[in-house]
Amino acid sequence: MPQRHTTGKRSHGWMGIQRGHRARPLEWLAEKFIFAVSLSTILVVLLIFLFVAREAAPLLFGRMNSAAVQEVIPVGEFDKLSPAQLQQYLGLTPSELAAMDRATLQSLMEVKVEALNEIPAAFRGDPDAHLNTTQWRYLLGPHQWTDYAKPEFIWQPVGQIKKYNIIPLLVGSLKTTLVGLLFAVPLAVGAAIYVSQLARPRVREVVKPTIEMLSGIPSVVVGFFALLVMATVLQSLFGYQTRLNAFVAGIALGFAVIPVVFSIAEDALTSVPQAYTQAALALGSSRWQAAWQIVLPAALPGVFAATVLGFGRAIGETMIVLMVCSASVMSWNIFDSARSITTTIAAEMAEAVSGGPHYRILFLLGAMLFAVTFVLNLIGDVVMHRLKLRLEGKR
Amino acid sequence: MAESLLPKLTVAATARGDATSSGTPLIEINQLSLYYGAARALKAISLSVQERVVTAFIGPSGCGKSTLLRCVNRMNDLIDTVRIEGGIKIGGHDIYNADVDVIELRKRVGMVFQKSNPFPKSIYENVAYGLRLHGTTKKSEVDAVVEQSLRSAALWDEVKDRQHSSALGLSGGQQQRLCIARAIAIKPEIILMDEPASALDPIATARIEDLIMELKKDFTIIIVTHNMQQAARMSDFTAFFYLGELVEFDTTTKIFTNPAQKRTEDYVTGRFG
Repeated sequence: MPQRHTTGKRSHGWMGIQRGHRARPLEWLAEKFIFAVSLSTILVVLLIFLFVAREAAPLLFGRMNSAAVQEVIPVGEFDKLSPAQLQQYLGLTPSELAAMDRATLQSLMEVKVEALNEIPAAFRGDPDAHLNTTQWRYLLGPHQWTDYAKPEFIWQPVGQIKKYNIIPLLVGSLKTTLVGLLFAVPLAVGAAIYVSQLARPRVREVVKPTIEMLSGIPSVVVGFFALLVMATVLQSLFGYQTRLNAFVAGIALGFAVIPVVFSIAEDALTSVPQAYTQAALALGSSRWQAAWQIVLPAALPGVFAATVLGFGRAIGETMIVLMVCSASVMSWNIFDSARSITTTIAAEMAEAVSGGPHYRILFLLGAMLFAVTFVLNLIGDVVMHRLKLRLEGKR
Repeated sequence: MAESLLPKLTVAATARGDATSSGTPLIEINQLSLYYGAARALKAISLSVQERVVTAFIGPSGCGKSTLLRCVNRMNDLIDTVRIEGGIKIGGHDIYNADVDVIELRKRVGMVFQKSNPFPKSIYENVAYGLRLHGTTKKSEVDAVVEQSLRSAALWDEVKDRQHSSALGLSGGQQQRLCIARAIAIKPEIILMDEPASALDPIATARIEDLIMELKKDFTIIIVTHNMQQAARMSDFTAFFYLGELVEFDTTTKIFTNPAQKRTEDYVTGRFG
């Protein structure tokens, strides 16, 4: 098209129609703005993770020492130490070391000596007092502590010897979450099938908002209710010994999970084309058969997504478990108490010494929680995508 | 004006419809009126459909032909606001009687929809669904009926090697033939077709039409269509509807060559509609 450039400099493309941001500058601007905003959310998530992981980093690289009795260097030997040795001994970063003068460093060394002197002499002989309990083998493996009959997993961040085994917390989180999901997902999906496929319009108009309203109840109120009412009722029903346990916490968690799962599963079921239901009914199926055999399988990716989100809600829920039970017992029995990861972080962060082993381990737990939910969501997404492709006949 | 004329006309039409073929009619629609809330969508329709013939329902959009079709297998039951007066008898039984099992009715009266709607399952599962629903569970039996149905629907040769891949991977025409296979798998007596070829290209349409001519040997077929030529080519009887009334019902030859009503003539010659 030779005439293309003859209509003047301001025209672009065929027949001089202006295109791109010059033609519609406001739309262009709005588009870029929305893009920037959505990009920033990804950035914020990444930054949160980086921040949490950074606080836990010294632990990951084995730079923390939580032993109650540590070797001390007398202040008099200050001049014999190289800057590198000094930095490691005092647990400082190079910039912190550079910022401190000689007197400050010496007083820091003195604090170490004093701390050792404060430990009772009888206790200094205990082999446990010399252990660095922030090592991976103490964080993850069982250990036979002094006066214990066998190796055990113990989370006990206070006391003379700080025991930081995180396995009881993982078990606690999984226990409550699984009970919650096993309770909530069948109920929520069942309710979603009923509301989207079987209920009369008038019933639907009442039931749907009522269930979704559940998500508006603050979890502290749910926890309160579980602590006072549900715990008693469930104990009299099932007759177990510990009144406050992972089972009660799980059921209470279920109340937080139900609206999440219900809402998304209901959307997924409703968006299954009516044509499928019609075809099934025309073949002589009952409404129930059509819902169960045709609509539910077609909505499976959405129901699966709902379950994954429900898992995220359950494992991230703090308040309910904190209120109902919080003893860190190493037990898979759901009728024993449990202490979840989130509960531990919420309850202990305020009393952990900033920068200390306890503080770092709480951040490690946070980073782990983040990673677990991220990976699970990722797996969920992949599975969902595959299910969808298979349903659409593309695989 | 039309309303006062109508009963007389339809009675006459029914009488003629009976006269042109032998035996008692399979479907008898008697003074059927249908209301969506207060709106009357069908006005005292009466007509009879013979066994093993193709009957076409024609008329402009919104004339009630699809609504009438969906009365025959009671699909209108799913809409809460629908109310029905009059009755439909199939093989002498009133299908709106309280003791009629809708599931049994729909097993005897199959349906093919305007837009092909195979389930998001494999081709095999689509055809097998109805069988399993009605109690055939033995694998060899199901296999045999699936193959036979796919053959009857002229689809077997195209899909025999990929029966277990998703039905949604088929072309539009193939999907519609699969829906026909699914409908005939449970051996209904009557097949209702609601514009089965309206979303298809001419070649796929021709295949569906050939198929319907084949199926006529075993099934009684009622087909709703917008396509005048299609009705003329395929059907033995044609009913012309206008604004919820049955204007004329007669042999297809009569309707298309020498209609009794002016409105019918105007419509089939393309003067309105």
